[in-house]
Amino acid sequence: MITAEYLGMPLEINDLDKENLDYFAHCSKHDFRLQRCCSCDLFRYPPTTACPWCTAAESEWVAVEGRGTVHSYTEVHHAIQPSFKQHLPYLVLVVELDAQSGKPSAQEALRVVGNLTTPDGVLAPRKDVEAVGIGTRVRMAFTDVAPGISLPQWTIDENAAGKSRIWRYPSE
Amino acid sequence: MPMREDIEGTTAKYLRDKYAIVGVGETDYRRGSTLSTRAMATRAVGNAMRDAGLKASEIDGMLSYQFNDSAFSPLVAGDLGIRLNFYMDVFGGGSSTEALIGIAIGVIEAGMCKTVVIFRSMNGFSQVRIGGTGARAAAPVVGDMLHSRAYGWQSAGQSFAPSFMRHMYDYGTTAEQVAAVRVAHSHHASNNPKAFYKKRVTVEDVINSRMICKPLHLLDCCVETDNANAIIVTSSERARDMRHVPVKIRGVVGRCSKPRSDMHYQTGPISTVAGHYGKEILWPNSGVGPEDIDVTGSYDAFTFTTMLQLEDYGFCKKGEGGHYVSDGTIKLGGRRPNNTSGGHLCEGYTHGIAMVIENVRQLRHDADDSCPIGPDGRRQHTYDYGEGGCRQVKNAELSANLGWASPGTGSALVMRRG
Repeated sequence: MITAEYLGMPLEINDLDKENLDYFAHCSKHDFRLQRCCSCDLFRYPPTTACPWCTAAESEWVAVEGRGTVHSYTEVHHAIQPSFKQHLPYLVLVVELDAQSGKPSAQEALRVVGNLTTPDGVLAPRKDVEAVGIGTRVRMAFTDVAPGISLPQWTIDENAAGKSRIWRYPSE
Repeated sequence: MPMREDIEGTTAKYLRDKYAIVGVGETDYRRGSTLSTRAMATRAVGNAMRDAGLKASEIDGMLSYQFNDSAFSPLVAGDLGIRLNFYMDVFGGGSSTEALIGIAIGVIEAGMCKTVVIFRSMNGFSQVRIGGTGARAAAPVVGDMLHSRAYGWQSAGQSFAPSFMRHMYDYGTTAEQVAAVRVAHSHHASNNPKAFYKKRVTVEDVINSRMICKPLHLLDCCVETDNANAIIVTSSERARDMRHVPVKIRGVVGRCSKPRSDMHYQTGPISTVAGHYGKEILWPNSGVGPEDIDVTGSYDAFTFTTMLQLEDYGFCKKGEGGHYVSDGTIKLGGRRPNNTSGGHLCEGYTHGIAMVIENVRQLRHDADDSCPIGPDGRRQHTYDYGEGGCRQVKNAELSANLGWASPGTGSALVMRRG
């Protein structure tokens, strides 16, 4: 059982939740791994208890490159959790990984959720929030919460700066 | 005696019109009900029984849905002196009403009971708030929520927003187009004495209201209220002897889902919602198409949910939802009004059941507006849709209700005037 507090929220992973224990343990080493099906070799996200494509139960944790493109997002201006208020506005990103994009069918991909953060995993300042939209290239960062649990996050990929075509919600 | 094989039972078509909604009732839409969910439920069910003209001894089935925030059927039935042959309280929200109507048909068809009342009772403002504030915000983040709430991604608006945003990107849908949903529903609510928000608003009011989470402004989001609603389902044969013109059930869709209902963003297009799949069940089973429908009831937790559902159930071409909701079609007086009560955006919030009740009244030609009551005790509808006026759709014969749990899961119902 892992218990931790992050931005005022209690986080818990119980001992029976083996999939999340493994997922976040790898993240705590800044090593992003996803389950790869031992039967059909497809990766899946978020952690599941069987393969969504072939139903096989067996999987292994295999490293996946944490790079991708923002597929969609929301920019939050009204926080529900009180501790998020100091970070408004913040972004929730749905990022399509380069790995396995368009597989096993054209419309499918590994779309990994995270906030926009600085490279060291702190919720991003307003100037960065306002620079990101659909199409932005991002790379993975991590927020260390407690031993055995770090949250995978997204930060702007400096190497791709100026190369991506970005769509943002029209400003008021 | 005819054998079952004699009946076309390979599709749901043989159930068309065989069951009907015979009673509807609710409590006031308030912020601060001063009642328990149990007390509100008994009042709503009691109102539905009086509406149908049914005694406690004539009801023997009960269904409800909730999020650990409401009273259970045995208590509500007990309070009202109803002896149950069947009951079930299920977990769920906005995709429940239509699904439970289908379940009611199934259990009556199976001979488990004869007449089923369905209720939803919630102190959604003063006790358990759906958005996640209060008690829900303090609960530990566990299991699948480690991939959502931990990122400040937890309220319905926050969770659905990536679908809404992607629709704007994919199709050029504008905030102004979608704001027209709030405008239409607010006009309808101004003719609904029950509505919590009766004030008419403009597109500018919506766009200028404060941003909650892009693309949702405050007025793109529904109201939170306390209230209970109830619906009574029985066979059309029994319905013949009851107080109102029966409203017959043509077809239902229950919690139809996109692939990967654990996190539907894994399968695109993410700007397509469950109605894309649900329409393949709804229209063939109902024997009608979207063009035949006179009045719609969409799940308007947000302006965008209405737009996406109407589009994916085929009321317009894919991608043209923004145009459809802003060209006058969905307003009273338009070709196919939507949420004539004002819906969740304006009337009040009860997880979809109220929009079914509204369409039952529309199909009875008995919308409870401010039109004068004639010598026969029925409203004399003027069809003047000006502020404070009529909200009855002229000659309404067929309705469609579209329920929504999330972009990935929805339910639907087609009803006709009996």
